[in-house]
Amino acid sequence: MVSHAQANQQTLVKLLVVACAMFGFGFAMVPFYRVLCDALGLNSVLKPDLPPVNTQVDTGRFLTIEFDANLRSNLPWTFTPVEKSVRIHPGALTQVTFEVRNRSDRRVTGQAIPSFGPQLAGRYFKKLDCFCFTQQTLAPGEARRMPVVFVVEPGLPQDVNTVTLSYTFFEVEGKAGKDS
Amino acid sequence: MEAAHAHHGHGDHAHHPYGIMRWITTTNHKDIGTLYLVFSLTMFFIGGLLAMGIRLELLEPGMQFWRPEFFNQLTSMHGLIMVFGAIMPAFVGFANWQVPMMIGAPDMAFARMNNWSFWLLPVGATLLVASFFVPGGATAAGWTIYAPLSTQMGPGMDLAIFALHIMGASSIMGSINIITTILNMRAPGMTLMKMPLFVWTWLITAYLLIAVMPVLAGAVTMLLTDRHFGTNFFNAAGGGDPVLFQHVFWFFGHPEVYIMILPGFGIVSQVVPTFSRKPLFGYSSMVYATASIAILSFIVWAHHMFTVGMPAVAQLFFMYATMLIAVPTGVKVFNWIATMWKGSLTFETPMLFACGFIFVFSMGGFTGLVLAITPVDIQLQDTYYVVAHFHYVLVAGSLFALFAGVYFWIPKWTGHMYDELLGKWHFWLSMIFFNITFFPMHFTGLAGLPRRVPDYNMQFADFNFISSIGSFGFGLSQLILVYVVVKCIRGAGEKVSDKVWEGAHGLEWTLPSPPPYHTFETPPVVK
Repeated sequence: MVSHAQANQQTLVKLLVVACAMFGFGFAMVPFYRVLCDALGLNSVLKPDLPPVNTQVDTGRFLTIEFDANLRSNLPWTFTPVEKSVRIHPGALTQVTFEVRNRSDRRVTGQAIPSFGPQLAGRYFKKLDCFCFTQQTLAPGEARRMPVVFVVEPGLPQDVNTVTLSYTFFEVEGKAGKDS
Repeated sequence: MEAAHAHHGHGDHAHHPYGIMRWITTTNHKDIGTLYLVFSLTMFFIGGLLAMGIRLELLEPGMQFWRPEFFNQLTSMHGLIMVFGAIMPAFVGFANWQVPMMIGAPDMAFARMNNWSFWLLPVGATLLVASFFVPGGATAAGWTIYAPLSTQMGPGMDLAIFALHIMGASSIMGSINIITTILNMRAPGMTLMKMPLFVWTWLITAYLLIAVMPVLAGAVTMLLTDRHFGTNFFNAAGGGDPVLFQHVFWFFGHPEVYIMILPGFGIVSQVVPTFSRKPLFGYSSMVYATASIAILSFIVWAHHMFTVGMPAVAQLFFMYATMLIAVPTGVKVFNWIATMWKGSLTFETPMLFACGFIFVFSMGGFTGLVLAITPVDIQLQDTYYVVAHFHYVLVAGSLFALFAGVYFWIPKWTGHMYDELLGKWHFWLSMIFFNITFFPMHFTGLAGLPRRVPDYNMQFADFNFISSIGSFGFGLSQLILVYVVVKCIRGAGEKVSDKVWEGAHGLEWTLPSPPPYHTFETPPVVK
C-alpha cells in the first residue's frame, strides 16, 4: 500500500486535471456553438438579411401577411401591430409598424423573437430592418413605434398565400437599469 | 445484516467500530460496496414506485389520479432517480466489491475518498426526493431537464440541480478511485490484458465518467446562473439558445447511456463463460469493442435531437456514426454466443439473467438502429417507441445484468447460496412482465402516442392497459429479489465453497466465502 501511495497521488492529480478541463470544456461549447451557428447560417433570425438581388415585383400574385404580437407572461408591456395584416406582391419592399408601451413604473428591457407560419416561409421572408435586431429598453410609461421593413422573395412556393409573422417579446432580466 | 457482517468481521481480526458508526466511518471497499448496493436497491424501489404512479394514470384514458403537472413530475423524477440513484450507484457498488478482489488489491486506492463518494449520494438523493415537497413540486422538465422549461420552474428545479451537482461529484470521485486502483494496484503478473472483463469495462466506464460528468455539472451550472444570476446561456431573449442546452446535455447524455451499460457487458462477460464452462470467446476483441463503443459515444450525441433543425450534412454524420456503434456491439453479442457454443451449459439464475440480457438487449439494440435512421427518427421522436427502445436497453440491459451479477456474486459475498427456485421465479416473472410492459409500447409509439403526456386517445387504450398491468407485475416481482437477498444475508441457505461455481475462474474465487474483511494484504501472484 505504501509503495503505491506516491503513484496513486500522481494518478489522482492527473485525473483531477482531466475532470476540471472537461468542466471547462462544457463552457467552451458555448462560444464554439455560436461560431458554428454563424458559419452554418443557423440562428440568424435576429440579424438583418441581405437585400435580395435582382428582385422583380411579381404583380401577378397577392400575398396576405398577417402580424401577431405576443408578450411572455411576466413582461408588463402592451404590444400590438398597427396593421393587422397587409396585402402585398412578392418582391415588393414593405414597411409596417408595431407599437409597444411600458405599463409598469420601472425600466424594462425586452427582446423580440420572430417566428413564421408556415415555418418554411421564413426562408423567403427577408427582414431588412426590424426592432428585433436590438434589445428595446423602455422607461416607465414610455411608448414607442417600431418599424419592420421586409421583402418576401418571389420564390415563395405558389401554394402559400398567407404568411404570419409573429413576434414574442421576452424580458431581458438584469438589464433593466442600463440603456440599450 | 449488520450483525451478520460484524460477526464475520470479528472472526477476521477486523478493527472497526460496531453499529451504525461502522457504516458511516467505513473505508473498507466491501462495506462501501454493500452500502452502494443497498442504497441503489432503495432508490430502485422509490423510482419504481414513481413508475407505478405513471402507469396507474395511463391504465385508462382520461385523467383519473394525478394532475398533469404532477404526472410530469413523476416521469421526470422516475428518470432522474433510476439513472442517478439506482443504476449508476449499483454498478459502482459492484466495482467496489469486485474490482479489488478481481485484481488482487487490498482495497481501493483512496479509501477515505471512497467513503466520501458514497456518503454524498444519500445527500443528493434526499435533495431530489425532497423536491416533491417544495412549492411547485419536483422538476417536471423530464430527466433531460431541457431549457427553457428548466429555466422557468420553481425551487424543485434548483434542488434537482444541486442533487445533480452532488451526485456528479460522487461519480467523479468514485471513478478516480476505480481508475487509480486498476492502474496502480494490480497484483504482480496481472497485466492489463489478463484482467477480467468486468474490470476492463469498469476502467473504460470510469474514463467516460471523468470525461462527461463535469460537462453535465457545467450544463446544470449554466442553468442555475440563467435562473438566478441573470446570465443568458439558454435564454433566447438575452441572445442565448435553448438548443445549446440540448447539445451540452447530450454530449454528456450519450456517453452516460454507455456508462450505464458497459459494466453490464462486463458482468455478462463474467457470467456466460462460468456457466458455459469455457473461456470467454474473443477476449481481446471484447476489450477493443468496449473501447470502440466508448470512443464512438462522443460523436453521436446529436442523434437525440434530429428534430431541432440541423444541416443535412450533420444529420447524415450523426446517423452514420450512430449506426457504426452497432458493429462493436455486434462483436460483443456474437462473442457471448460463441462462448456458449458447444459449452457445457447449465442455467442457474445468473446465467438465465445473462441469456435474458443478451436476448432482450439485442432487441433494444435493433430498435436503436431503427431510431438512428434520421427520417424514421423524425417520425418517432418523443413517442413511446423511444420509451420502449431505451427501456429495452436500460431495464432488460443494465438492470438484468445487475441482477445476473447479484445472483452470481452474492454467494461469494455472504457465504450462503441464494434460493435457486425463487431466483428462477424472479427471472421468469421479470422477463415476462417486462415484455408485457414494454413490447406494446413499440406499437403505440409507431401509431404516434407521444411520451410524457398523462392522457391519450381511445385508440391507445388496450395497449396502455396491457402495459400498465405488466408494469404492476414487474414491480411486484422485484420483491422476490429483496426476499432472496435478505435471506442470503441472514445466513439462510447452504454454505458455499470458495469457488462457488464449478466453472468459475479468477482471483475472487480463490478467497474464502464470505471473504474476510481484509483480503489480499499480501498480493497474490498471477501466472
